[in-house]
Amino acid sequence: MENAILMATESKVDFMIHGLFSYELFGHTVWITTSHVCILIVMLLMIAFAVVVNIKMRHATEVPGALQNVAELIVEMLDNMVRGTMGKRGRGFANYISTIFLFILLSNISGIFGLRPPTADYGTTLPLGIITFFLIHITQFRYQKPKEIWKDMCSPLPPWLPIWFPINVISEIAVPISLSLRLFANVLSGTVIMALVYTLLAKFAIIWPAALHVYFDLFSGAIQTYVFCMLTMTYISNAMGSEE
Amino acid sequence: MENITGTELILACSAIGAGLAVIAGIGPGIGQGIAAGYAASAVGRNPGAKGDIMSTMLLGQAVAETTGLYGLLVALLLLFVKPLVP
Repeated sequence: MENAILMATESKVDFMIHGLFSYELFGHTVWITTSHVCILIVMLLMIAFAVVVNIKMRHATEVPGALQNVAELIVEMLDNMVRGTMGKRGRGFANYISTIFLFILLSNISGIFGLRPPTADYGTTLPLGIITFFLIHITQFRYQKPKEIWKDMCSPLPPWLPIWFPINVISEIAVPISLSLRLFANVLSGTVIMALVYTLLAKFAIIWPAALHVYFDLFSGAIQTYVFCMLTMTYISNAMGSEE
Repeated sequence: MENITGTELILACSAIGAGLAVIAGIGPGIGQGIAAGYAASAVGRNPGAKGDIMSTMLLGQAVAETTGLYGLLVALLLLFVKPLVP
């Protein structure tokens, strides 16, 4: 149990992460789990799509074919989303936002194809939150002067009275934690409920769980993807400060 | 009653604690209902802005949902990870 926290326990209801095989690394036992395999599948799918589209777009035609149409639709949608929230200055972030959007969306949807969604593992969502955290602060230091940042951090009180500073620091640290926990808990709750339906109601689980799959995997997954990207964009454009 | 071991007592109390933890779901339920109600009245007043209202409502609801999910996480940890069992 000690080295397998949050991995499969002996209970019959099974929604946990399974360790596939382990190896020793600097004296620690490191497990390769189902999450790693599912992430690898999602990544290979994305890479394959990117390579195929890249080859196809070299001979892009005036009247788009099916694949070109789909690719243009996706890119246009994501670009519009980024431009709508972040304005003109957000153009540089379109790549990052689009990448995490597609990754989280595919990860959440993968539950419908029988994989365990990789985002139902806190080890996947916490790095996403940490990337966003660093992006926020690097952007803040690039766009604002240190004086303004200090004024921001002491915000309700004047800058010479930094009583509020520790509380603002805590609220900054809470950003990646709440971002990642929101995504993780949403996907995990869907996974848990589907596992409960399939094990405890196994005799009655005919056809109608499809409706639950549509809600928990497609609807909830898409909403959470949108929320994650939307909040990331909002935080980053806040960090840029007011537009001169 | 004498033959209850300490571990069993901890497991039973963990189950009660998990049940108490998911009471946290009340708050987000009320909050999401209020958000949906105001969104419905907003659509009634201005049907043209339905798309914007929908996306704003869903974003707000997803953020409000977080506290309830924290309760759910605590419940799941108590039930399946069993952190209190020595």
